[in-house]
Parts: sequence; structure tokens; C-alpha cells
Amino acid sequence: MAEGVKPRVKAPKKAAAGETVTLKTLISHKMESGQRKNKDGSVIPRSIINRFTCEFNGKSVIDVTMEPAISTNPYFEFEATVPEAGDFKFTWYDDDGSVYEESKSVAIA
Amino acid sequence: MKFKPMSAIAALALSVPTFAMADADDDTLVINGEIEIVTKAPAPAHLDGALDEVMSGWHFRDDTTQAMEMDDFDNPAMLNVEAAAEVWNTVDGSEGKSCASCHGDVEESMKGVKAVYPKWNEAAGEVRNLQMQFNDCRVNRMGADAWKYDAGAAKDMEALVTSVSRGMPVNVAIDGPVQAMWEHGKEMYYTRTGQLDLSCASCHEENYGNMIRADHLSQGQINGFPVYRLKNSKLTSPQGRFKGCVRDTRAETYKPGSNDFLALELYVASRGNGLSVEGPSVRN
Repeated sequence: MAEGVKPRVKAPKKAAAGETVTLKTLISHKMESGQRKNKDGSVIPRSIINRFTCEFNGKSVIDVTMEPAISTNPYFEFEATVPEAGDFKFTWYDDDGSVYEESKSVAIA
Repeated sequence: MKFKPMSAIAALALSVPTFAMADADDDTLVINGEIEIVTKAPAPAHLDGALDEVMSGWHFRDDTTQAMEMDDFDNPAMLNVEAAAEVWNTVDGSEGKSCASCHGDVEESMKGVKAVYPKWNEAAGEVRNLQMQFNDCRVNRMGADAWKYDAGAAKDMEALVTSVSRGMPVNVAIDGPVQAMWEHGKEMYYTRTGQLDLSCASCHEENYGNMIRADHLSQGQINGFPVYRLKNSKLTSPQGRFKGCVRDTRAETYKPGSNDFLALELYVASRGNGLSVEGPSVRN
């Protein structure tokens, strides 16, 4: 498992029904591209987050395929419409098979 | 942000040299919607005749870079702050102590510290900046190894300690025991060096607001340091930045951690007296 990986999400705790809210996410990750070589000249193996998804009450909000050119600590900011109270579930998929999850509840104000 | 074509700036600079300062924008900086940052202030008395107003480098960056600093979630330097907060509570060295063992909660104990540094340390009889003070604690109180100057952990800690003083006015003492060193720093600031024959003042006092090739010159204030630079995606300390600047004049640089750079850090910090502590900031 890549070291020092920590997912972070900033989401509002409350929203009006039907309101569009902004979600900010960041995961600390080295995002090693697999293109670099170390001092001995051997390739440093690729280690990136290759997929990021967000679901709201089981329904897909965003599903992103990520590539090696994305820089360290990938940050995503996007908007979602909140039709009802529920939970946002965020999932990051690592090359090494690790899955990192975070969830945020939104109440209807 | 106000954009003007290069030629227009050059023409204006020729006809009305002082107009260049209009090129800093008039946005206001509030971090997390609550910490109000003073980014423009009347120049401290010792700058009489040199500058009327001191301005944070924040005004010289574009809107997207500016926005990254307005929310800690968007500020990549806060990852370093988080890392340092862990170190703060981690025991290291032979004495079995962490920073927290003596200093408790960093937000309480370190509030206002950055605002007055670099400053005179009476017991040691020398001027110290934050990194020197950290190492004094590490070696003499914790029995741990000193951090190398500008080591990752040292810059992270500098960011943490700075972050808890955000919004407080920079108030670095320039008289008394520090005066000799301050004078030395001032002399360095105004001395032209390198193949390009530039002093700090050539760019940051006489030409701030103008473009130097693709770079928008600021006043070179360090109230926002340590700074997260997008160009190399890591923290830069004031002395690390000085090294880059001196190198750019094509001179042999001083070493970060040297007495000369400490003098310059003290002097440049005092040029920002009246601005808010803003670091860790985001710049390009």
C-alpha cells in the first residue's frame, strides 16, 4: 500500500431539497507515474489512484478514470444536486488494489 | 486581476514611473471566510522615502492562485501543516519529549510567535529565526537530532507555527540588539550583485508591478512565507527563496541557514511590518 494516503472531503452538512452543492475532495497520494527512473536507472513502478467515484444514496454522481500524468495529491471539485437527505460516498481505487473510502451525510434544511 | 499588455506597462512605466503600482489588484483576502488578512498597509517608518505602501505578494498573483489561499481545503500547504501537527505530538530524542510536552496546544502556545520572528534570543546572544529555534529545542531539550536547514520537516513545522498566527500583524523589532544585523541585511538588500548587476531593490522596490519577462514582480514581502509554490509543488522558506533570487542575478548565492541570509531575512521581514502574517501562502 502506498504510504501516507489520506482521503479528505469537504461537503456541506445541510442543503435545500434540489439544491446544487459544491463538493471538494483531495487524497494525499504520491501518484508515481511509472515514467521515472531511480538513481540506478531502473524504472520506479507506477503507483497511482486510477479511479475515483462519488455516489449519492447508491446513485452515481461522478466516475473518473485517472491517468499517470495527474499530479500528486489529486484534487477534484464538482457539483451535485441533492434531491433528498442522504449520504455521499466517495471511493478512490489504488493501483495496488487498495480502496479508500469516505462518506458525508447531507441533511435537508 | 487587471491585465495590461506588456507594451502598455512599459510605456506607462517610462512616462509615469510610479504608475506601476496600480498593477497590484484590489481584491481582499479572507481565509476560510473568517481570518481577515491585511494585504496592504502603510509602509513602516524605516521605509520612508522608499515605499509608501507595503503589499503582500498575494496581490500580484492571478485570481485562480489567489483563490487557492482563501480556503484551507484548497491550500496544498495545509497538507504540510497537517504533517507537522503530527510531528508536534510525536516524541523524539533521548529525553522522551515531543513539542507538545512543553508547549501544549500549538494553536495556543505558538499564536503570535511568527509575527515577531526573526528576533533576538537573549540567552543565546544571537538573532534567531523559527528554524533555528526549533533546532535549539530539538537538540537541547528533546535530545533529538537537529533538522538540516530547510529540511522537509523543518519547513513543515515552520508552516504549522506560522499558520496559527495568520491575521496577526507582522511586528519585527529592528532596534536594540538586532540593529547591527538589521543594518547588514539592509545593506545586502540595496547591494547589486551578480552578472546581471541587480539588487533586491532593483526588482522589488523600483519595479514591482512590472513584468520581468513572464513574471509579475511583487514587492518581495515575506509575510506569506513559508510559501507553497505551484511551480515545484512544495514549501519554500524565505531563505530558500532568497537563494533562488540571488541565483537569478547570476551571482554565487549565500547558503540558506547562513548569517548573511539571516540578516536579509530579518531585514525583509521588517519591510512587511504592518501586513498580516499570511503563511503558508500559495504562489506560482
